[in-house]
Amino acid sequence: MHRFANPNRFLRLSAAVLPWTAGLSAALMVVGLYLALVGSPPDFRQSETVRIMYIHVPSAWLAMFGYASMAVASAVGFIWKHPLADLTCKAIAPIGAAFTALCLATGSIWGEPTWGTWWVWDARLTSVLILLFLYIGYLALVSAFDDPARGLKAGAILTMVGAVNLPVIKFSVDWWNTLHQPASVSRIGVPAVDPSMLWPLLVMTGAFWAFFIALVLLNTRAEILERKIQVLRAAQAYGASA
Amino acid sequence: MRRKHRRMGLLVVALTGVASAAALALTALEDNLLYFYGPSQVDEQGLSTGQRFRLGGLVAYDSVQRLDDGMTITFTVTDMVEEVNVVYVGIVPDLFAEGQGVIANGMLDRDGVFQADEVLAKHDENYMPPEVAEALEQAGHPVQ
Repeated sequence: MHRFANPNRFLRLSAAVLPWTAGLSAALMVVGLYLALVGSPPDFRQSETVRIMYIHVPSAWLAMFGYASMAVASAVGFIWKHPLADLTCKAIAPIGAAFTALCLATGSIWGEPTWGTWWVWDARLTSVLILLFLYIGYLALVSAFDDPARGLKAGAILTMVGAVNLPVIKFSVDWWNTLHQPASVSRIGVPAVDPSMLWPLLVMTGAFWAFFIALVLLNTRAEILERKIQVLRAAQAYGASA
Repeated sequence: MRRKHRRMGLLVVALTGVASAAALALTALEDNLLYFYGPSQVDEQGLSTGQRFRLGGLVAYDSVQRLDDGMTITFTVTDMVEEVNVVYVGIVPDLFAEGQGVIANGMLDRDGVFQADEVLAKHDENYMPPEVAEALEQAGHPVQ
């Protein structure tokens, strides 16, 4: 792992990988959107509203995966003091927050025609809203310090504590009575989604994942370069005053 | 002991603490985190006349009746063990149907009838095209 924690090696590697993930995402997105909007049947109860699921479910998965990877990066940064870990965590935060917001927005738009309400305070919806607040809180906390390194450290601790929310989100629909339905795809045994709808969902999920990875690589690169510029400026200022 | 291991130990202890605190809090709040009560839970919880709560379950087959005023709808909510009769004045969601999940917000009146002022349809985790649903029905395995 130390091999990849070297910022310069990361810059070289990510430059090579980035175009591939971006291209893969674009290709899968075209196929996935066609399947989701045109090539798949309407649902037997929700009719056309079911198509919102093809955006909602991948966003929800990435909202949770984004936070989980932030928590892992924070733990790695906390224990091994890898220079890249905290920067990666910061790079993921706005992207994860965007997917969480997308998940909440699409869920709300789906809920109105299906449930008959835009929003309810059930355990699933509320715990995902808390996830969004954790993302926003992290971003606010990290930028509240004059010394960026201290901000990242405080943010890492918040992220690790907030990880408690992840199992709550996942199992909220099993532990408590909620308006939100239980999991369909990861149900033990046969998925409760017909293959004609599962395939578009899986392609869209692939597209979203590739998009997520491309964005995280791009943002991490930006964070590293920003840090390098800061160091150069500091060196220059020091040289000028000396 | 190396500092790395000390930090790792600290993290494990701290996270275990936070996780147990969260688990205790959620267990203590259990009843408040339930979005609705099933018909069987109504007696268990000792919910009495005039107390607001949400009632959830399946709309019993052959129970939906629309009154002549065109606005009032009555139906029975069941969890296959207990049943509660519901009266609601207003428009029900499109997905409201017999044999489907429903959540009604309101209170029990003196006759034990649930007077609802809001009715939400609960969607289940099944997604399929209409033809598949039809085929399942013809094969004698209707969805719900």
